[in-house]
Amino acid sequence: MTNNRWNRGVSLGLIAMLIACTGCNKSQGATEVVKLQGAGASFPAPLYLKWFKAYNSAHNNVQVDYQSVGSGSGVKSFVDKTVDFGASDAAMKPEDIARVETGVQLLPMTAGAIVLTCNLKDVSGLKLSRKAYSGIFLGKVTKWNDPLIAKANPGVTLPATPIHVVVRADSSGTTFVFSKHLSAINEEFAKSPGTNNMPDWPVGTRSKGNEGVTASVMTTPGSIGYVEYGYARGQSLAMAALENKSGEFVMPSTASGQAALASAQLPENMIVWASDPDAKDAYPIVTYTWLLLYKKYPDKKKLAALQDLLNYGLTDGQKDSEALGYLPLPQSVVDRDKAALQNIKSE
Amino acid sequence: MAKTTASAALGEEWAGVSGKSISHTPTRRQVFLDVGFRRLCWIFAALTLLFAALLMLRIFVAALPAMRQYGPGFLVGTTWDPEHGHYGILPQIWGTLYTSLLALIIATAFGVAAAVYLSEGYLSQTIYGILRRFNLHLNPLWGKLPDRMEDLLRNLIELLAAIPSVVYGLWGLFVVIPLIRPICDWLHAKLGWIPFFNTDLSGPGVLPAVLVLSIMLLPTITAISSSALVAVPSKLRMAAYGMGATRWETILGVIIPTAARGIFGGVILAFGRALGETMALAMLVGNANVISLSLFSPANTLAALLANTFPEAPPNEVSILMYAALVLLGITLVVNVMGSVILQRASAALEGTNK
Repeated sequence: MTNNRWNRGVSLGLIAMLIACTGCNKSQGATEVVKLQGAGASFPAPLYLKWFKAYNSAHNNVQVDYQSVGSGSGVKSFVDKTVDFGASDAAMKPEDIARVETGVQLLPMTAGAIVLTCNLKDVSGLKLSRKAYSGIFLGKVTKWNDPLIAKANPGVTLPATPIHVVVRADSSGTTFVFSKHLSAINEEFAKSPGTNNMPDWPVGTRSKGNEGVTASVMTTPGSIGYVEYGYARGQSLAMAALENKSGEFVMPSTASGQAALASAQLPENMIVWASDPDAKDAYPIVTYTWLLLYKKYPDKKKLAALQDLLNYGLTDGQKDSEALGYLPLPQSVVDRDKAALQNIKSE
Repeated sequence: MAKTTASAALGEEWAGVSGKSISHTPTRRQVFLDVGFRRLCWIFAALTLLFAALLMLRIFVAALPAMRQYGPGFLVGTTWDPEHGHYGILPQIWGTLYTSLLALIIATAFGVAAAVYLSEGYLSQTIYGILRRFNLHLNPLWGKLPDRMEDLLRNLIELLAAIPSVVYGLWGLFVVIPLIRPICDWLHAKLGWIPFFNTDLSGPGVLPAVLVLSIMLLPTITAISSSALVAVPSKLRMAAYGMGATRWETILGVIIPTAARGIFGGVILAFGRALGETMALAMLVGNANVISLSLFSPANTLAALLANTFPEAPPNEVSILMYAALVLLGITLVVNVMGSVILQRASAALEGTNK
């Protein structure tokens, strides 16, 4: 008897909930909710999440779930087709692209710069030549008053203390781009340690994440480390001006980063590394970060939502990027992206 | 003769009791509860073992490809270079054992001292002395203060165990390292010829990691040691004093040896925790694959390697990391087994029960 009454109560409740749910669906409009799943790089995650949130508040029938699990895992999920789109700082390797039979469309969505931050009391506006900073990360330049550093900084009294190098302990896209740049400018570095998400650095202590490197540099006098530009700007860290390919010393900024991006021509597959830009005013260490899309989507609605979402990111979304410390894409790249986006078909 | 009558009387008495039927055969419900509870306990115990076994099996299976590919050379290799496919974890094994052992030595010294201080009534006697001077020692409110303070201190030490390890890491980074830097620089400059000081401290390194780790181990050692010390029968203490032993002699010669088994147990538990400690060490040890005796040089540990590398590891590296995890598991197992063997021998010898 009691059991029966209980059952009835539960079923009544369920029915009420059902009605309530259909009610709220109706109030949202007749279209059903489209869910998009994405995973990948952590570097552009703050920007992507901002886009997806802004887009969702304007179009509440599209829900985007992005998990910043890292570039490597992003590519893996994308190849395994457990997500609708992936994201990667290291683009995609040809052998990974070959494993996706529906075809892959890579879209550069935003860009960033990597800066060298150092903790030197009484020294501001440090300039580092190509030989100096590649030497520091090879463990060849070990004192701050090394002639290689002193030559580029006339009139600055450099301390005779050892250089404490701080590198990333975790596997990261930032390290990939930085080691790719060092490999491009220094043959010895290219041989060993070489370009990798986690190379075998010959010197230094290692800290996890941008925040770990920042903490280590901040607490260690005479230290130097590399972090993303947006992060360094947010924490107002001291940044060094670096010598670029044409011999100029350039401070990291949005303008100098964009100059570097503009000097790299996007090929057909949209993968380009501005490993060593040659423009005069270009900051030397910049990179794009990519969104990974399939060339064919089985679900028409999903594709339409995805295209609309990314169009938003490429137009209005680019305005958010500078405030968050990213480099807005050059217009030519935005146009290329939009054209490529239209080429994606539904089956 | 007297004996037999006594036992006969006893028998009659028993018979009398059963005759009044105070005792009876267990009811079905009692049997059900009893058997059910026993079975439930058995199932939980078995599940614990089963989960541990499954965990190890899973790690072993995942590590198998890497074990086939790299074999025992993995254990003695000194580079971790994904770019060229060289993987070796000797620096991590060294770092794990070196930091854990050093931290254990410091934590044992301080932890046992704190346990003696708490359990031998040093604190309460001091407070009692002060209260007595103000003639408050018999006051119903103030008179409780000595015991309360001891409880407070004990709880404070145990509270150390509740602090998240990432907080320890941050504290080490922003407080301990700047604090010890001048001392380390001085030691390196003046005594650099001693292997322990032959590199300069570049922020994170062995010493900050060891200092923070030893504080993390303190509550384990103190809690277990102090309960072992409290459990020492007070007769022994009285007897020692009665024979004219000083307090110092009593503690070192009688009380600590008697409680040795419990103290050793705490130390071994703490060592297990030190080996597996991840986050604080990943933040403080410097994560550089260096084998050095120097306390100021950065090092690496197995747990830190796993924490740093796992999140973005490509599929082939996952297997290699599982191999490293298996090695860590093996080290912990060996340490625990060795620990309990030493415990058996040493505490038997100290307690003097093996004669």
